[in-house]
Amino acid sequence: MDAEVSPTDTTGTLPGDLMIWVLIVSELLVFGAALGAFLAVRAGDVGGFLEAQDHLDRTAGALNTIVLLTSGLAAALALRAREAGLRGRARLGLGVAALLGVVFLWVKALEYSAKAAEGIGTDTHPFFTFYYLVTGFHAAHVVAGIVVLGLVAWRDSVANIENATAFWHMVDLVWVLIFPVIYLLR
Amino acid sequence: MKYQTQKIAQLYFTVALALFAIQVLGGLLAGWIYVAPNTLSEILPFNIVRMLHTNSLIVWLILGFMGAAYFLLPEEAEREIHSPMLAYVQLAILVFGTLGVVVTYVFNLFEGNWLLGKEGREFLEQPLWVKIGIVVAALIFLYNVTMTVLQGRKTAITNVLLLGLWGLALLFLFAFYNPENLGLDKMYWWYVVHLWVEGVWELIMASILAYLMLKLTGVDREIVEKWLYVIVATALFSGILGTGHHYYWIGTPGYWQWIGSIFSSLEVIPFFGMMAFAFVMVWKGRRDHPNKAALLWSLGCATLAFFGAGVWGFLHTLHGVNYYTHGTQITAAHGHLAFFGAYVALNLAIFTYAFPILKNRDPYNQVLNMASFWLMAGGMCFMTFVLTFAGTVQTHLQRVMGEGFMDTQDQIEIFYLMRFGAGLAVVIGALVFIYAIFVPRREVISTDATVPAE
Repeated sequence: MDAEVSPTDTTGTLPGDLMIWVLIVSELLVFGAALGAFLAVRAGDVGGFLEAQDHLDRTAGALNTIVLLTSGLAAALALRAREAGLRGRARLGLGVAALLGVVFLWVKALEYSAKAAEGIGTDTHPFFTFYYLVTGFHAAHVVAGIVVLGLVAWRDSVANIENATAFWHMVDLVWVLIFPVIYLLR
Repeated sequence: MKYQTQKIAQLYFTVALALFAIQVLGGLLAGWIYVAPNTLSEILPFNIVRMLHTNSLIVWLILGFMGAAYFLLPEEAEREIHSPMLAYVQLAILVFGTLGVVVTYVFNLFEGNWLLGKEGREFLEQPLWVKIGIVVAALIFLYNVTMTVLQGRKTAITNVLLLGLWGLALLFLFAFYNPENLGLDKMYWWYVVHLWVEGVWELIMASILAYLMLKLTGVDREIVEKWLYVIVATALFSGILGTGHHYYWIGTPGYWQWIGSIFSSLEVIPFFGMMAFAFVMVWKGRRDHPNKAALLWSLGCATLAFFGAGVWGFLHTLHGVNYYTHGTQITAAHGHLAFFGAYVALNLAIFTYAFPILKNRDPYNQVLNMASFWLMAGGMCFMTFVLTFAGTVQTHLQRVMGEGFMDTQDQIEIFYLMRFGAGLAVVIGALVFIYAIFVPRREVISTDATVPAE
């Protein structure tokens, strides 16, 4: 942030605006606290949690992990392209990233409707309270991320794309924490 | 005073201080009723006294915010207030409404009347006609301040202040919606109460504090603004979903317990941010402003808000804890220090800063004012401690051991006696403050030891 740092040298500086990092740290605190609470409640009822977890679709979760990480890659490549002045390629990358976000939501919606068909709601078991709360809250961030990616594809300054990509990677990162803790942990 | 229309603030502050006096005297009476429960039980029952105590607090704080806006906006926007006449009309409506409220509460003249009678919803008891008056006054106010800012310079302070004031007025509209279902009633009720004090009021607080820091410490605006944005972002991030900590036991779905616990735990961050901000600005500041009393109130505000709202709030915000402490004296302890630290001290800080300027008495040390700070802050801290002890004992006896409410009350009487003493110190402090603001004309204490004090 100091004037002495040259624009190309990013060591010692944060990419993007200070405020996006305030948001990212806040989000990580919230998701971290939620997963921490999940683990704490689980410790009191491991058997019940394992039984409930068997109702989850792990394949869908794994697929969504691949989808979201690929989307993150597309966003990162878009930023590189924009920095190199390739605005068309940058927009294409952002479009692919957003589209994969939609795929993620589609898979998520299939999961939710399967749960609903089984009669599983938020109060069925504490496991599902957390499941719906944490993955639902995350899905809301995917929706927000798609909107933001669309906005910066339109207003495509390097700074804007940098901020959007930082946010999108946070959404990625959070999913990579949610997936093992909620879907896989035995 | 650079702009003539800043003078509007003086009348707002004066009315606010008159209500402040009524509020603390009402509090003292309520505190005595805890000690001797039959006091005035026929003429002025406890529920009415409590209503006056809380309602007058809210009204005078809002009058203070509005006065502060009229005081600081001309300097920030670099132009006069759009319409001084409207500002006085607005104040007249609010004063008339307040008097109507007091008369309605005390004499209960229109029991059950849909327009004139009190509505019996804690903090939102105002008769419907007063609520409508409040909205009209708020619209006049928003029109006036928004026009001032739109035609003038826009700064981070004016942006955040206007966002807070608009939020305050818009959220009040939920006071008109009162569903039959008691659970839903409470849900919307918190849209006003919580989203005020743990949402938009924090924006107002941060912007006024930022203005005071700018004036008192002389730190660059750029630095002040960066802090302001971070504080506001964390306040909204934690505060909005933090509303969930009121939804634990009102019939809302169980997931609110986790939403409320997690987000409201983060509500301590903006308050810590404000405290850190105030102290860092003072350390960095180059200016040695003579109004030491305003600086004392500003630092006291940020510190006591952190402890009262932040720490004492966190104390009972997790649903596992709140299951036991809900509605005990722990809540009263938190409520008193939070309101005093965050909003009372903030208002008294801006009054202390503004009055010498409004009355052309600069430079001005206000030693008496500083004494009143220590009386009020000391009294309020003592009250918070004894109520916390009372609440702890109450929680154990009533919620853990299962004793009856009144049996428990008998056993914590000693704390109520001490609370009354603490309240007395606060009232004396408040009266000294009011005297110090209005009466002494000259009072400059030289730091140079060779000059005798005046």
